[in-house]
Amino acid sequence: MLTFTLRRLLLAIPTLLFISLVIFLLVDLAPGSPMSEIPLTVPPEVRQKMIEAMGADQPVLVRYVLWLRQFFWVEPATLIDGWFGTSLAGGEQRILSWQTRSPVFTMIGQRIPQTITVVGTAYLLGVMIALPIGIYSAYRQYSLFDQAGTLFAMIGFSVPTFFTGTLLIIVFSVWLGWFPTKYDTTLSVTDWNSFVQQIRQMALPVLTLALANAAAISRYMRSSMLDNMGQDYVRTARAKGMSERTVVLKHVLRNSLIPVVTVIALGIPAIFGGAIITENLFGVNGIGAALILAIHANDLPTVQTLAFIFAVLIVVFNLIADILYGLLDPRIRYD
Amino acid sequence: MPDGAEPVLDVRGLKTVFRTREGNVHAVNSVSFHLRPGELLGVVGESGSGKSVTMMSLIGLLPSPPAEVQAGQVLLDGRDILQVSSTQLQSIRGARIGFIFQDPMTSLNPVFTVGSQIMEPLRKHMGLTKAQAQVRAAELLDLVGIPDAKKRLSGYPHQFSGGMRQRVMIAIALACDPRVLIADEPTTALDVTIQAQILELVRELRQKLGMAIIWITHDLGVIAGIADRVMVMYAGQVVEQAPVKELFTRPQHPYTRALLKTIPHLAGPRSDRLQVIEGQPPIMMAAPAACAFAPRCAHAFDRCLRENPQRRPVGQGHDVACHWEAGAAHA
Ligand SMILES: Nc1ncnc2c1ncn2[C@@H]1O[C@H](COP(=O)(O)OP(=O)(O)O)[C@@H](O)[C@H]1O
Ligand code: SF4
Ligand SMILES: [Mg+2]
Repeated sequence: MLTFTLRRLLLAIPTLLFISLVIFLLVDLAPGSPMSEIPLTVPPEVRQKMIEAMGADQPVLVRYVLWLRQFFWVEPATLIDGWFGTSLAGGEQRILSWQTRSPVFTMIGQRIPQTITVVGTAYLLGVMIALPIGIYSAYRQYSLFDQAGTLFAMIGFSVPTFFTGTLLIIVFSVWLGWFPTKYDTTLSVTDWNSFVQQIRQMALPVLTLALANAAAISRYMRSSMLDNMGQDYVRTARAKGMSERTVVLKHVLRNSLIPVVTVIALGIPAIFGGAIITENLFGVNGIGAALILAIHANDLPTVQTLAFIFAVLIVVFNLIADILYGLLDPRIRYD
Repeated sequence: MPDGAEPVLDVRGLKTVFRTREGNVHAVNSVSFHLRPGELLGVVGESGSGKSVTMMSLIGLLPSPPAEVQAGQVLLDGRDILQVSSTQLQSIRGARIGFIFQDPMTSLNPVFTVGSQIMEPLRKHMGLTKAQAQVRAAELLDLVGIPDAKKRLSGYPHQFSGGMRQRVMIAIALACDPRVLIADEPTTALDVTIQAQILELVRELRQKLGMAIIWITHDLGVIAGIADRVMVMYAGQVVEQAPVKELFTRPQHPYTRALLKTIPHLAGPRSDRLQVIEGQPPIMMAAPAACAFAPRCAHAFDRCLRENPQRRPVGQGHDVACHWEAGAAHA
């Protein structure tokens, strides 16, 4: 397993380098100029100076190599410097946003807590809703509960989050007034009151995302349970006199979880992408919202860096999924 | 076997129906039989004749829906286990009745160790501690002839061969010293040499432990070597039943006779299916109102189409469900 993991990590390096190049070139091809947000009254010479100062006049490959160096050396070095007070980075230039002229990673560092609190909670909640629904739906296939579950999943699948989100805002914020319409990023939890406030402002975005995630995962869980329920080893467990509880929640579930756990792991990077819309809708100042802003402003370094981070997440969680599979299924031998 | 002994298992008028979209499938139609202590009863019949469904009906192993046991009594040491609660039934399954299935490759749970799967019934039915169960599980593996038993407890099913897995299944079935062992085609999926080894093992265990055995097979050749008594099934009914020697020397039912003709010679290749009798066993979409074998029977006459034959005695412990009598004239 260790050799497998190391081999996969080594293999990930060329993969990621290639992905980064593709991202870089694709983003660079997009029409628009970093100056589009600058007022037209600014004279052309000044504009030219600004472009030169940002390094935006350099050929794309030069910028790519510089970016690589910044991403893989300067940024980690700066991070370590920040932790241990060393000076590895030696004052080298970090990846700067064209829009704000400040380091992209500083912005990411500020925004990631919001995304993780909202999106992470939503995913966790979604999984916790989905697993019991999936298990019970399969155990009582075609029952009223199962059909209600199917309906719920269909809705969760087919209705986009911007619609459910808006609907929830209208019902719970506008009509009922239970929750705020906007997420206040500046709120810091210091006491019970602010904690309650935090929960209230998280409720709607978390619910929106949780429903969407739960829909898909509950279906996976259900079909995986059904696949296993008819297996011979289940009959053996019953023939041994095991209780229904043991049969379903031990024998069937343990087998059914193998594919579901990998699907859950694979879904984690995807939810960061999927959260973009929800973050914008509720005004959660997270990574997704930052990406949208950067795209509007033609802030290429920010877009490239964020897109690449998503790519890294996808590669990493693929590896995690494979490792989990190997841990859960004794038949899999990677070495 | 003492003829007068009370049967451990006495099945009377068992009826099982599958409710399907195409209609009701009458898989078991008034099956009655008994099993005496220490006896080995062979059950034969083509694939689809209702052997498995009959045995699974006994201990509620069929999924319901679609299966429904509609009538009958299953007396285990005198108590009707069709009437007991599901928890009571659980305490009978695996404790007093052990079950072995056809396909050892899929009958064990792939994600648990062999040891834990043997220990489960020990802990549940005999209340053993983990440590005690471990010791007993190792003894059981040893008993069924798996070398290096203690070490292999921590192995997973995929690390065992087919024959070895079937030995593990036998160990599980025998773990709690059951009164009755039901073996549903336990050697069909194995190749011939392994099959012989498993047969030998069961013969040995039977002498050591003395449980009664129901041995299901579609291979009369296997039955000849191990059974005390044989029951022949067709279309969910018992069509003939006799002590093993009697059945082989004086078969009465045309179906039994046809089956006997299909036994390959010892030297010849052993076929998996009985393909020698023309035609297919029927799927019963209604309770039988005529002889179900009539379409394939060389002796069929008009009464066979009007009336489903009932079992009638034709010798010591020998009965047959057929209107035809060898040597008699039929209109
Ligand atoms: N799940 C099911 N649904 C409908 N019919 C079934 C089902 N299982 C078994 N049967 C019917 O029961 C009959 C007997 O099957 P079975 O007991 O498995 O035969 P065998 O003698 O080969 O063990 C089959 O012919 C089939 O028509
Ligand atoms: S009852 Fe008639 S059809 Fe049925 S087996 Fe006997 S002779 Fe053949
Ligand atoms: Mg069968």
